Formats: sequence, structure tokens, C-alpha cells
Amino acid sequence: MKVAFTTSGQNLDAPMDARFGRATGFLVYDTDSDTFEPVDNQQSVNTAQGAGIQATEAIVRHGANCLVTGHCGPNAFRALSAAGIRIYTTEAATVAEALEAFRAGTLATINSADVEGHWS
Amino acid sequence: MILAVASGKGGTGKTTVSVNLARSTGSAVQLLDCDVEEPNAHLFLCGLKTGSEIVTIPIPEVDESLCDACGECGRFCRYHAIVSFGASPLVFPEMCHGCGGCTLVCPRGAIREIGRRVGVVETQEVDGITLIQGRIDIGVAMAPPLIRAVKSRMNSKGATVILDAPPGTSCPVIATLRGSDYVLLVTEPTPFGLHDLRLAVDMVRELTIPFGVVVNRMGVGDDRVHQFCREQEIPILLEIPDDRRIAEAYSRGELVVDALPEYRSHFATLLWNIRDSRRSQS
Repeated sequence: MKVAFTTSGQNLDAPMDARFGRATGFLVYDTDSDTFEPVDNQQSVNTAQGAGIQATEAIVRHGANCLVTGHCGPNAFRALSAAGIRIYTTEAATVAEALEAFRAGTLATINSADVEGHWS
Repeated sequence: MILAVASGKGGTGKTTVSVNLARSTGSAVQLLDCDVEEPNAHLFLCGLKTGSEIVTIPIPEVDESLCDACGECGRFCRYHAIVSFGASPLVFPEMCHGCGGCTLVCPRGAIREIGRRVGVVETQEVDGITLIQGRIDIGVAMAPPLIRAVKSRMNSKGATVILDAPPGTSCPVIATLRGSDYVLLVTEPTPFGLHDLRLAVDMVRELTIPFGVVVNRMGVGDDRVHQFCREQEIPILLEIPDDRRIAEAYSRGELVVDALPEYRSHFATLLWNIRDSRRSQS
């Protein structure tokens, strides 16, 4: 299973980014092989509109089945749901902490957007 | 002549200048309120409503029985208004700019366009002035399609058309100014006024439309707007004093030229100055 974490960094010690659509980037972690791949999200950061939709396309391209982030707006939620991606939210400070919580099964999933669009 | 009244900063007096100019032209004139997010020219011109039309933009509707989820539509759409994740595409109507590209690229002909209401265009007649205004629906973010619908009602053959633009320098303003013969930039002699006037001047120069400045509320602030106009060789076509009686008339919804006849000559002169300035810049 591949899990996408929103982050501004390139490794597990990097801080989590609470945003999804306009997160600096993602770490897509493969729980089967315990390897990860950084994914750039600059294109969505700079887009005029539809960042959450474009970010969904980016993590789908990298094979993610789950997303761990801070918050998720309505359009991103619709796109992620259509793509069959489970959404978990966390306030963890780093990707490593969020990954640990994900593995321990203590992260909450959300069943609807938890913020308005353009919240951050 | 198509005359657009714009400003960088909001609240400088675009509508005051527009409605008083319309009243001062002395012949049949069309006044187009292109500030569709908050049209207010009608507050000063109460007349008989002669029309109201609904404006829509085309958005895609997908026939799922024809769609094979190839994703071409999503790859084409730069606005992310349509996207496919291996199934029939999702449509985000509020993101759609109505370009129709997805219908063209769909190899299966599975996408057709349906109308999405964005607002209304209302017309009224007031003593020789035809007021045409757009009113955008609540929740709609994109003003330019409605502004273009307002402008499509323009009839400039030999007549004067005044476009009351929204404030700022972004897409709705560009949509308003495009195609006009002259732009009046209304400002006030304050640091805020000057800051946004500079942006507006850059915008109008980019559009290569002749322009001049109206300084409203003369007497407040400082002389930096005048200094800037001097340095940039921008004509100041009218100065409106910071007269409390103008504000009082405004607050009652009255035209300055009706409530304070001594200002009639100001607006008559402005019309002359515009024609002069237009000739010298073209």
C-alpha cells in the first residue's frame, strides 16, 4: 500500500504540511517495501485554481491509495473520493510521527471536507 | 466613443463620474455598469426597467454510457474543471471557464454543453440614458463572462457609451476596458490613491488605450498624484473638490449635476477634455 504524506521536505524527518492542494510536496511511502519517494507539487502550488484536484492527480500518478494530511477542502475531497483514496488527518509534526500513527491505526479518517476551499 | 471609467483603488468615485458624465452628454447615451459584483449606478438613475435576461456559461455534461474514461478531457482542461480517475469524469462547475475544449477533445463525443447560470443583465431607461447592468449571482466567482454579456448589448454607432468598471487591475477590469476608445482613471490625492493609480496606469498602457486622470476629493492628502502625472505626462482632465455637499448628495442617491448645478460646467469640461486628449494621443 502506498501512503502520501503532505510535506515540505524530502525525507521522513521533514515537517508535515497541513495543506493538501497547495502543499509544497508529498512523500509517497510504500508500506510493503518500506521505501519512499518525494513528489513535487509546485505545479499545484502555482495554479490559479483547482490545486486540490491537481494534487490528487499527482498522488494518483504515483500510485497512492491513502493520504495523510492536515486538512482537506471540498473539491479536493470530491476528487480524492472519486480516485478511491482514503483520507487521514493528523496534527503530527513530522512525516515520521505521522507514519508511526498511521501504522498504529490511530489516525482519524474523514468522510467529508473539514475546511472550506482556500482555507490556508 | 466608448469611454471606460476605471481606477486602481476602490471608492475613488468611478460611479459618481460615470453617472454625472452620462447625464452631461446631452444626447442618447448608454451607461454600462460592468461592476457586476456590486452594481450601483442604478441607485442614482431610477427609471423604468425594460428588460432582464439570464446569462449562462456553457459547462460540460458527460454521458456516462458513451464515456470510456480515457481522461483526454481532464488532460486538456487547464482549469481542472473536469478530471477523470479511471472512471467517468468528475465535473467541477464553478471551476469551468466555458471554453468548450473538453467537448472538442473527447474522442467518443460523450460530452455536451449545458448552461450554468452566472447572473442577469438588466436594462432600464432613464431620461435618455440607457442603463445596462450586470448582476452576478451569489457564489459565482467569475465575473468576465457576465461583463462580456453586458458589453454585447452595447450599441456604439455614433453614440456615447460609458463603461463603469470594477476597481482593481484584474480580469474583470481587463474584460471591461478591452475595446474601449478612452479610459478615465479616477483617483484621489492620497498615498493609497497614488499607489493604485500607478498599477492602473501600467495596466492601461499595456492595453494601449489612450487615457487621462480625474482627481477626486481635491484638498485632502498631498500633491504626489499631481507630481506623478506631471512626470509621466499624464493629463489631469478634471479635479473634483472635496466638497461635503457632494458627499451629501451622493448619500441621498442624487446626481452632483442635479443637486449642485455649479458643477455642471465641470462635467461638460471633462467631456471636452476627453475628446481633446483622445485626439492628441491617437
